[in-house]
Amino acid sequence: MLSVLLTLWYTFLHLFHRKVTVSYPDEMPYLAPRYRGRIVLTRDPDGEERCVSCYLCAVACPVDCISLQKAEEAGRWYPEFFRINFSRCIFCGFCEEACPTYAIQLTPDFEMSEYNRQNLVYEKQDLLISGTGKYPDYNFYRVSGLAIPGKDKGEAELEREAIDTRSLLP
Amino acid sequence: MNHSNEIAIGFSNIVFGLAFLMVAASLLTWVERRLLGFWQDRYGPNRAGPFGVLQVVADGIKLLFKQDWIPPFADRTVFVIAPAISMITVMLAFAVIPVTPAIGIIGNLNVGLLYFLAMSSLGVYAVVLAGWSSNNKYALLGGMRAAAQMVSYEVFMGLSLVGVVMLAGSYNLTAIVHSQQHLWYVVPQFIGFAVFFLGGLAETHRLPFDLPEGENELGAGFHTEYSGMKFGMFFIGEYIGIILISAFTTVLFLGGWYGPILPPFLWFALKTGVLVAFFVLLRAALPRPRYDQFMAFGWKLMLPLTLINIIATGAVMLFWSTS
Repeated sequence: MLSVLLTLWYTFLHLFHRKVTVSYPDEMPYLAPRYRGRIVLTRDPDGEERCVSCYLCAVACPVDCISLQKAEEAGRWYPEFFRINFSRCIFCGFCEEACPTYAIQLTPDFEMSEYNRQNLVYEKQDLLISGTGKYPDYNFYRVSGLAIPGKDKGEAELEREAIDTRSLLP
Repeated sequence: MNHSNEIAIGFSNIVFGLAFLMVAASLLTWVERRLLGFWQDRYGPNRAGPFGVLQVVADGIKLLFKQDWIPPFADRTVFVIAPAISMITVMLAFAVIPVTPAIGIIGNLNVGLLYFLAMSSLGVYAVVLAGWSSNNKYALLGGMRAAAQMVSYEVFMGLSLVGVVMLAGSYNLTAIVHSQQHLWYVVPQFIGFAVFFLGGLAETHRLPFDLPEGENELGAGFHTEYSGMKFGMFFIGEYIGIILISAFTTVLFLGGWYGPILPPFLWFALKTGVLVAFFVLLRAALPRPRYDQFMAFGWKLMLPLTLINIIATGAVMLFWSTS
């Protein structure tokens, strides 16, 4: 009986507690930096596209909402088109985990409702941002051993000079 | 001339009383959600209109435009009549409430108290008939529970008022209020007050005693098959029932319109309002008991308590009158 009265009293005291509600449109909720929201394609510090069209994101995507086409220019791979159908996307972040070059990233933004479903298909120009996203210093072509114009094999960061296998003979 | 004047006053009393009641009951749906929100650390509906008051209008429009569907397997006539009974009985019971000496329809009825008990008993029919005519096992279970619950709680709800009647010496509600001018009956009849309020809770089948509805075990209980405005009538009937029980508790135990400084009507409204808020607090704080616990609580605790209360009241009155 006493416990019932105490319950009533403690519940009544909640009248004076701070509300946990965030009145959303008037007041933005705090979203963690690693919140999984709208997907973007980032660029490396030199301003070039990071995406190397490896298709790993499209493979990892459990709802098959990513589609892209590889193209090549001067030893660099880049996507000819890159399309994400956000009406299918479940924001699982698997694409971000699969990406070997930190190109595809999820951002803390979820305000992307549309009246027309077609508008939820984002093309490459909608996805590509001018910044580097969460990894400001990473540049795939500078750390990889791939030869591109202006950087031969063995000239990447932290890379030893290429060994001449013929000189290794005993 | 005088006679027709009286009729006109009575008629306007009825019309204004009903209008006031309907508005108050629909506002109560908003008040309840706001209060529940506050007690659960959230805001409740606060968007439509100032403080969200217009939520009531939005809900009303929504209910009106919902499809009013009668299941093909239901007993049509009874199915339609049931929600009407639920509203009519609670509204009729209001007729005997003396809000102030001037406001009230038949506040001076010499069997006012019995009339109220009769009307609230008739309210059981609404729930039972709704459960029966729906031809649905969950609705039927809800209706059966309602019958058992309301009939058994009716017993000591009536008995708990005997103490008040003994002290006041009248069934006339105006006379009962008059006899509380110096001391509210909540003090000498505290047990009666508590039992009456809990009985009222069971009578309006509000949480924590909402076993006839029990949505997590019975779907929605007796009104599972109801939709649209028929459901709305049950809904409004329940809220009018809350106001009814609060108003009667005010009249019988909290001294009706008596109180210092403020005008009588405001005192009455204030006391009723506090009790209504208490109804909501009970809903916010307490879980629903199991059905057998609930019945045991009624028959094994409430009933003996009311009987002891009657005997004790009688003994004290006898002692005082002889000494």
